[in-house]
Amino acid sequence: MDNTTIVAVASIVTAGVTTCFGVLGPALGEGRAVSTSLSSLAQQPDASSTITRTLFVGLAMIESCAIYAFVVSMILIFANPFWNHVIG
Amino acid sequence: MHISPDQVIYWQHGFFKLNATIVLTWGLILVMAVGSILISRKISKGNKRSRWQNLLEIVVTGIEKQIEEVGLSHPRKYLAFLGTLFLFIFVANLCTVIPGYEPPTSSLSTTAALALLVFLAVPFFGILEQGFGSYLKSYAEPTFIMLPFNIISELTRTLALAVRLFGNMMSGAMIVAILLTITPFIFPIIMTLLGLLTGTVQSYIFSVLAAVYIAAATRSHEPGLQPE
Repeated sequence: MDNTTIVAVASIVTAGVTTCFGVLGPALGEGRAVSTSLSSLAQQPDASSTITRTLFVGLAMIESCAIYAFVVSMILIFANPFWNHVIG
Repeated sequence: MHISPDQVIYWQHGFFKLNATIVLTWGLILVMAVGSILISRKISKGNKRSRWQNLLEIVVTGIEKQIEEVGLSHPRKYLAFLGTLFLFIFVANLCTVIPGYEPPTSSLSTTAALALLVFLAVPFFGILEQGFGSYLKSYAEPTFIMLPFNIISELTRTLALAVRLFGNMMSGAMIVAILLTITPFIFPIIMTLLGLLTGTVQSYIFSVLAAVYIAAATRSHEPGLQPE
């Protein structure tokens, strides 16, 4: 296996695995966040604007972990410096 | 398919190049600035005002109320910076409805620049509010061992701001581009709608996080305050 094949196989497999595991954790975390915010909304509907705003900020922080994994996958597929090096 | 509008170059001369990101950002600045100037040429302080002035007033007072709810006690001081941040990212993300437009926030250069602005603004407002020595001392709280961790957390917060906005907008554009080659009929429209929603939420998140960082930096650490 020459360099080109090794780089190609490693990039493709890693891109898939990164997305696979990278969205697993944040999805579970966001599920728990929404579920606790729903139960607290049911307990105190008066605080709904504060709870909703805090929920969205928290969801964005959790989502950013999934975004990191997605960005790494995109870089591996579309802007891969190792691939550009072995074919250029 | 390109990953960001940085790669669409309109004009190049040596080191300087005009890519789609710069041209679109200039276009957005032009539209927002000229629109606001036209609306605010005849401001009326009474109860009769034009509908455009009403719209701008709703926007400005809404942002001011949000800044106050986040925890900043004098929102007027920070309204210019945070309001501009929110409005620029919001308009840049919403204009995705225009065909042929790519949001400039889908390029890492724009989001890195915006995150750098927040990175510079937080010590600026902190020093303005607390004084130089008191602000620097806040890095060594609660113990002196936390000093490197506080500095690292400053840097990673900035990086996270940039990558979060970039990732969300780039993924929206890329999903639509990929779907156009697979199922070009209804599904890309739904994904564009989802992209509009995430663009709105991300613009709100960016400015709320900037406000929270500034609030953390300008909070006065007086002894004897009740713990929050």
